Amino acid sequence: MSGTGLAYRITRLRHRYGSRLVLDVPSLDIARGETLAVIGPSGAGKTTLLRLLQFLERPSEGRIEYEGTPTVVPMPIETARTVSTVFQRSLMLDRSVRDNVAFGRRLRDGHELVEVDALLERLALKPLAKTNARSLSGGEMQRVALARAIATGARVLLLDEPAANLDPRNVAIVEAMIRELQIRGTTLVLVTHNTHEARRLASRTLVLIDGQVVEVGPTAAVFDSPANPHTRAFLSGELVY
Amino acid sequence: MIAVVALTFRVTGIALLVATILGVPVGAALGLARFRGRRLITLVLYTGMGLPPVVVGLFVYVALSRSGPLGALGWLFTPAAMIAAQTIIAFPLVAALTMSAVDGVDQDLRLQVRALGATRWQLAWTVLREARIGVTAAIVAAFGGIISEVGAVMLVGGNIEGQTRVLTTAIVLYARQGDFALAMALGLILIALALVANAVLLQLQGRSR
Repeated sequence: MSGTGLAYRITRLRHRYGSRLVLDVPSLDIARGETLAVIGPSGAGKTTLLRLLQFLERPSEGRIEYEGTPTVVPMPIETARTVSTVFQRSLMLDRSVRDNVAFGRRLRDGHELVEVDALLERLALKPLAKTNARSLSGGEMQRVALARAIATGARVLLLDEPAANLDPRNVAIVEAMIRELQIRGTTLVLVTHNTHEARRLASRTLVLIDGQVVEVGPTAAVFDSPANPHTRAFLSGELVY
Repeated sequence: MIAVVALTFRVTGIALLVATILGVPVGAALGLARFRGRRLITLVLYTGMGLPPVVVGLFVYVALSRSGPLGALGWLFTPAAMIAAQTIIAFPLVAALTMSAVDGVDQDLRLQVRALGATRWQLAWTVLREARIGVTAAIVAAFGGIISEVGAVMLVGGNIEGQTRVLTTAIVLYARQGDFALAMALGLILIALALVANAVLLQLQGRSR
């Protein structure tokens, strides 16, 4: 049984697509309220890890416990709803920005939290509230996707490159929002290519290369004195996939 | 004449409604789910889309004739038989085109909707709503297919004046009698009615955006 302070406990997880091993995580704990950055080159298995943590896929082998209970797919809906994901591709529903942001909230109880309006304001989306979300720019869609996931009220948020391709002003807006979530105690798993972002936001960092966990530890230690040669190669830009 | 127009709309309207009520859920289920036999059902639906209406009429005629399996219903040469035949013609169009529309909704968007906490039913409804333009197109195609149809309604309805005569069968009759002016006039009325009905459907499609 996991301790009460854990959001996830992963044990001997191996995940395959066909015969190809795409993820191998011998063990990993994610504490409630922590922010874990997941970094690594493209194709390292970062997004697959998020899908498993969101209960969208059943692990080929091994075990993922969520809040002390082994996960199953499909997960009971009440538990599944405590986790939400912002995928790397910001896919919008063919409706207004406001309706997109309120979508997950409405799925739950048919009512909207006042928070929807606050989130629109917070992420500089209020002037766009009535605009069809599909007509937005990429950066605006990324902010809508983040607001939409936050509005669900999930206590775990899995963020796949939430600030990629954003201009500095928008990066600041998104990162300020993420900091606010940290203060609220939301558990965050942040997949990023941006090592500076990981440094700014995450207390711990996991380095995935070719599906393998090569290093995990406090962010400062991983970046300043990486123990693993692969991590050093990746951080210095030598390891490019 | 008004009775003919009214019956045309009644028969086509009810057939379209029944085909939509049955065809949209079937098409949505086929577009959403992956299961054994899906390809076979798809093949049957695609074939159904190309079925000659007169052949459908023939089957319905045989089924509803006095010695047929559904003869006890007493529907032959009544509007009910015409509605049944048109429903069978419209159903594969609605179901197959709805399936294509639902299938065309981005798979990653479905994952995103699940990750936002949708139940299976909420996911199905959301995807169907995303596919609404294609679903409306399916209904429009089915409407066009059955309002212009003549073979099946002629066979099972019998083109009885005041009872089962609709615009298309009236056009055939007057053309055969050499009254081309009247036949042409009815043809123009049919086209105008189809135009109005499609305009209403398109308006609904536009409003849902």
